[in-house]
Amino acid sequence: MINTLDQIFVLLKHWIVGLLPGSLGAFVGILLSVAAIVAVFPGLFALTTVLERKGLGRMQNRIGPNRTGPYGILQPVADGIKSLTKEDIVPVSADAAVHFLAPLVLVVVVFMGFSVLPMGRNMQLVDMDAGLLFFFAIGASTELSIFMAGWSSRNKYSLLGAMRAVAQMISYEVPLLMSSVAVVMITGSLSLVKIVEAQNQYTWGLPHWYIFTPWGCAAFVMFAIAATAETNRSPFDLPEGESELVAGYFTEYSGFKFALFFLGEYLGMFSMSGLGTTLFLGGWSAPLAVLNSVPSWIWFFSKVMLSICVLIWLRGTLPRLRQDQLMNFAWKFVLPMTLLNLFVAALWRFMGDGLLRWIVCSAILLGAYVVVGRTEMRRKQYGPRSYRYAE
Amino acid sequence: MLGEGILKGLAETAKNFAGSFVDKERLTTVEYPEQKLELPEASRNFPFLVYDGPEWQAGLRCVACQICEKECPPKCIYIEKSKDKKPDFVGKLQIYPAKFDIDISVCMSCQICVEVCPFDAIKMDKEYELSTDDRFGGLLLDRQQLAKSNEYYHKIHPTEASEVDGRLAEEKAKAEAKAKAAAAAPPKPAAPAPAAAATPASAAPKAAPAAGSTKTEVPPPAPPKEGEAR
Repeated sequence: MINTLDQIFVLLKHWIVGLLPGSLGAFVGILLSVAAIVAVFPGLFALTTVLERKGLGRMQNRIGPNRTGPYGILQPVADGIKSLTKEDIVPVSADAAVHFLAPLVLVVVVFMGFSVLPMGRNMQLVDMDAGLLFFFAIGASTELSIFMAGWSSRNKYSLLGAMRAVAQMISYEVPLLMSSVAVVMITGSLSLVKIVEAQNQYTWGLPHWYIFTPWGCAAFVMFAIAATAETNRSPFDLPEGESELVAGYFTEYSGFKFALFFLGEYLGMFSMSGLGTTLFLGGWSAPLAVLNSVPSWIWFFSKVMLSICVLIWLRGTLPRLRQDQLMNFAWKFVLPMTLLNLFVAALWRFMGDGLLRWIVCSAILLGAYVVVGRTEMRRKQYGPRSYRYAE
Repeated sequence: MLGEGILKGLAETAKNFAGSFVDKERLTTVEYPEQKLELPEASRNFPFLVYDGPEWQAGLRCVACQICEKECPPKCIYIEKSKDKKPDFVGKLQIYPAKFDIDISVCMSCQICVEVCPFDAIKMDKEYELSTDDRFGGLLLDRQQLAKSNEYYHKIHPTEASEVDGRLAEEKAKAEAKAKAAAAAPPKPAAPAPAAAATPASAAPKAAPAAGSTKTEVPPPAPPKEGEAR
């Protein structure tokens, strides 16, 4: 019974496929899985927008949207109708074809990232051997669409926003990859399914999630920082800094294309949260051995939504970084820490079981955190500006 | 240490988040259409015309002197004088505005019309829910829409209104005394001062010209209106 509930979507798909003849069945099976992904995540997106607006409101001691439907639940419907009925404006001097393609490329590429994420036991579109590699390769293509949007709009704000976005995403892609490599080193596989299975073990009822190891915890923090920057979320939302760049790379977009950018951004958040969940939080595995009877997909989605809530919380807390702070942080703090973390992960792997490796690994990471934080992130003391010729 | 401030900030926002559900004091939001804040007494936005008594047409204080029309910086007032006359609050016969329009889409709420009015006939309103789906006709208020009772004026600006009332009563008493004196001194026709003393509202506007023929002699000895009151 519990097993059927856990596998209900898989069984449903097999049943539908079984009704159809061979070659058609395989095709319909893939189509069904794609349709599920394409339906579920935009649904979550709608839920998240209202959650975000309500949550941010509460953090600022406001009420948030409460006019559309009970407690403002129907707000995303209103937003959707509004964006669908708005005029779609393409600037005269814009490159119309690229301008049109940019939001499509973004959404398509982001959706492709979901294909390798295991969203439950046996619930993944493709079990790729190099799933993680595929995810990062696809994830890097979002930069292309953002630059397409910025470049084709022929607007200085769009272009500045796009250039900021590309600079930021390339800088943070390095620590993002580096922090994930530690997981690959320990698991010995690039397949996301295998990574989850490696974490789906329990000692004394407690899970073997990587976040509960010193290197995993450090890697998770670095991953979270890099993922936030990678998805252009506050406090790393420089590419669309309203106060400086109107709306950044999608300044010249209106109507449903604008909504597509919005969708792409949130889907990027979901896929990044899903990847972080898969790599460090045990994917679909239950947090306690006794809770294993709860369907695996519930765990995956609750972990993703929890990470989304943390992202909203961060957005409600932190102010936007400056460009130089952003770059300094990436190259002087996050990157050295992830590099060191690779070494610590190797140490963890070869020191064998026992308390010693916990102490050594934690000490190295904590010491490095303090030292790198003190030296590299030291605030520069700027004196009063002096003018050589003006006085 | 690095990250200390971030944790502190996260704790602060978490406190706000949880607190806003528990502590009603934190939520300062006024949910507008259901709840409304009392506006301060001195607040103002667009002018209105004051009338005394129950009948707006009879009691309108405005005498169509057109001073406000001429002084209005954005020229949002349009007045047409009447051909006939009706008695004002002292009983003196005055012309009245046959047409008095204010375009509130043009009005800039400067209150200059109120300051120049020698008759305390135009005052500033507090009404702010003026949105309309007709941006030309809907924002052009005619004299019926502009006319609001003295009681309403008392309600929105109590201190100012009682001050104005006091001034008007004083003036009226003075005019009465003068009329009485004028009636006593020269052997002119019997002064119909008691009739004039009756509240102006009692005289129907249409009846005014008819009654005017019997009372035409009364106003001339009276001094010009208190144009220098301000």
